[in-house]
Amino acid sequence: MIKRAYDWVDERVGASSFTRDALNKVFPDHWSFMLGEIALYCFVILVLTGTFLAFFFDGTTAETVYEGSYAPMHGQTMSAAYASTLEISFDVRAGLVMRQIHHWASLVFVASIVAHLCRIFFTGAFRKPREINWIVGVTLLGLAMFNGFTGYSLPDDILSGTGLRIAYSIALSIPLVGTWIAFLVFGGEFPAEDIIGRLLVVHIMIVPALIAGLIGVHLAIVWKQKHTQFPEAGRTDTNVVGSHLWPTYALKSTGLFFGVFAVIAVMGGLFQINPVWLYGPFEAHQVTSPAQPDWFLGWTEGALRLFPAWEIRAFGFEIPNPFYPAVLLPGVTFLLLYAWPFLEARFTGDRGVHHLLDRPRDRPFRTALGSATLAFYVVLFLAASNDVIAKWLTIPVNNLTWAFRVLVLLIPAVSFFFVRRFMTALQTSGVDRWTEVPLRAVIGRPD
Amino acid sequence: MRSEPSKTRAIAISFGVSTAASVALAIVYLMGGQPQAEGALLGVSLGGLAVGFVLWGHRLMPKGPFTQNRETSSGRAERAAAVEDFESGAESLERRGFLRRMLAVALAAIGGAALFPVRSLGSRPGRSLYHTQWTPGARMVTIDDALVRADTLEVGGFITVFPEGHAGSADSQVVLLRLTPGSYEAAGGGAAPEGYVAFSKICTHAGCPIGLYEPATNSLFCPCHQSVFAVMEAAAPTAGPATRPLPQLPIEVDDNGYLVAIDDFAEPVGPGFWGRGR
Repeated sequence: MIKRAYDWVDERVGASSFTRDALNKVFPDHWSFMLGEIALYCFVILVLTGTFLAFFFDGTTAETVYEGSYAPMHGQTMSAAYASTLEISFDVRAGLVMRQIHHWASLVFVASIVAHLCRIFFTGAFRKPREINWIVGVTLLGLAMFNGFTGYSLPDDILSGTGLRIAYSIALSIPLVGTWIAFLVFGGEFPAEDIIGRLLVVHIMIVPALIAGLIGVHLAIVWKQKHTQFPEAGRTDTNVVGSHLWPTYALKSTGLFFGVFAVIAVMGGLFQINPVWLYGPFEAHQVTSPAQPDWFLGWTEGALRLFPAWEIRAFGFEIPNPFYPAVLLPGVTFLLLYAWPFLEARFTGDRGVHHLLDRPRDRPFRTALGSATLAFYVVLFLAASNDVIAKWLTIPVNNLTWAFRVLVLLIPAVSFFFVRRFMTALQTSGVDRWTEVPLRAVIGRPD
Repeated sequence: MRSEPSKTRAIAISFGVSTAASVALAIVYLMGGQPQAEGALLGVSLGGLAVGFVLWGHRLMPKGPFTQNRETSSGRAERAAAVEDFESGAESLERRGFLRRMLAVALAAIGGAALFPVRSLGSRPGRSLYHTQWTPGARMVTIDDALVRADTLEVGGFITVFPEGHAGSADSQVVLLRLTPGSYEAAGGGAAPEGYVAFSKICTHAGCPIGLYEPATNSLFCPCHQSVFAVMEAAAPTAGPATRPLPQLPIEVDDNGYLVAIDDFAEPVGPGFWGRGR
């Protein structure tokens, strides 16, 4: 049966050489190579659940009176977007679990992209010839974060309205063209009615299409270049060692897809997320407290909270305060991410082709720099909860903000110093596992 | 080495558990659905498949390691040939310099023209950020359209108000506070009829509504980024990222006892923008 079907196709397209190549393609076995696959499978889950949600979601701000089955909101006036989110949550069978799986999958999607990026960074997998795929990957990270934000904004509840309010203010803060950008994106002065419908188009058509296309490019390049591999006996820059695509790798990877989906399905069923019915519909004069974005925007939120009350004013013009933490910082962040493979090649003078990976210890400086960078963003992320943490510690939030302003510089510096020490100690002590490094080698005098 | 039955038993059990969970999932759905049960059962259905697939791949399938060669790039000769092919085709383009320039102008023109519809996306900002719905004599109302009188608030009270006819308006929202009469004037803050002062409710940092008033310290607090504004210092920022005071709305009590605006705010409300001071 399979043979006859295959003959039929092959007589028409002649795919046998490609098919054999594909089936016998070798994939290295290492757990850290699965991180990008997890991201891919999250995207599949997002498309599946998102398509279901799109059948019920009404992305307009038309005023409606709620008549669904959630009693506390009965008779309340709200936007069609918010009302249909309630409908999905309470009146569409399996709607709530789909919504929650969709939201959790988006959080895991960005998390796995970040983890994948860290793996690529710390093992030097971005070096020649993989700079193009690094650029594609960084773009995918940006698109995933952006689409996470647009999705978070769609239900038109108080929390998402606050997020949009801040996004509008950030757009306003851009020098020279800020007001025009804000008015063109939102359709006018906040809260313009067009924005929810526009976000819906962006969220379910434009960005997913871009992500899908770039995933195609990303995978095609990986396919052409073949995977990197960790150095080991028999592995060289001119070969690749591992399992064949068919059947071993295909079965394991299919298993991974179901595994990722299983975990996210359980999260979607058992862990409540974004219960918009508790927040209430968006009203321009209301705000919730505490108010935080999804985790992957925590660093910009933290930067907004920590950046001191500085701005530049001259001749009646100004560059307002939010510009620096919320436009300049993300801009520089992504610029440096994009530029890193080229910066490193310039600093080290190493422009050779690499298919064998570094172990993080092989490059103490790069590993330390990466750790310091991560530490910087983690502190910013924590600072996005300064009000919650202050309440929990029962200290004034202003004191905590000052503490964070110091920590955001101090912790990266300290982690740079210690990680570099630690990597050097790993190298010189000759042990294989990082847990075996004698503490003395890390905190003692450097050689 | 495992015996053949023990290799396959766990895989068979996984697929069996998955099947059972899927049937249960269908039953839960038919009985009206229940989010927690749906998520948990879906997780078991998918998880059973996951375990089965991974074990099958791991235990029963050919284990390498297999080795494959990789070719790094096309090789110099082929690359040079590709460039040559392109250049021989491009020769005519290069020779016709005048035509090429005309084409470039035509493409730039159509590109420019194609950008104009972007303008349709939003209204011209103009002076819209510089004024609100407050007009001289506009009476204050609450979100429920109730007019605000001089006796609406006790001393220490706090309420959100709008100009009459614009309840809920985003850029005209105002916090109205009643202080101990005379205290604001004594602090050098200007007029506060019967102790009333009114400030724009939109944070001058990132535009969130100033949601909290703390009577003990007489300060207004933005819950988004924790900016604090001291009421007695004409709502000047004292902590957090905000750089400017909340604009004050000039108000008075009219002959009928209603609180009214004397005029619009003297400066743009809300977050900063490039030409705010113009």
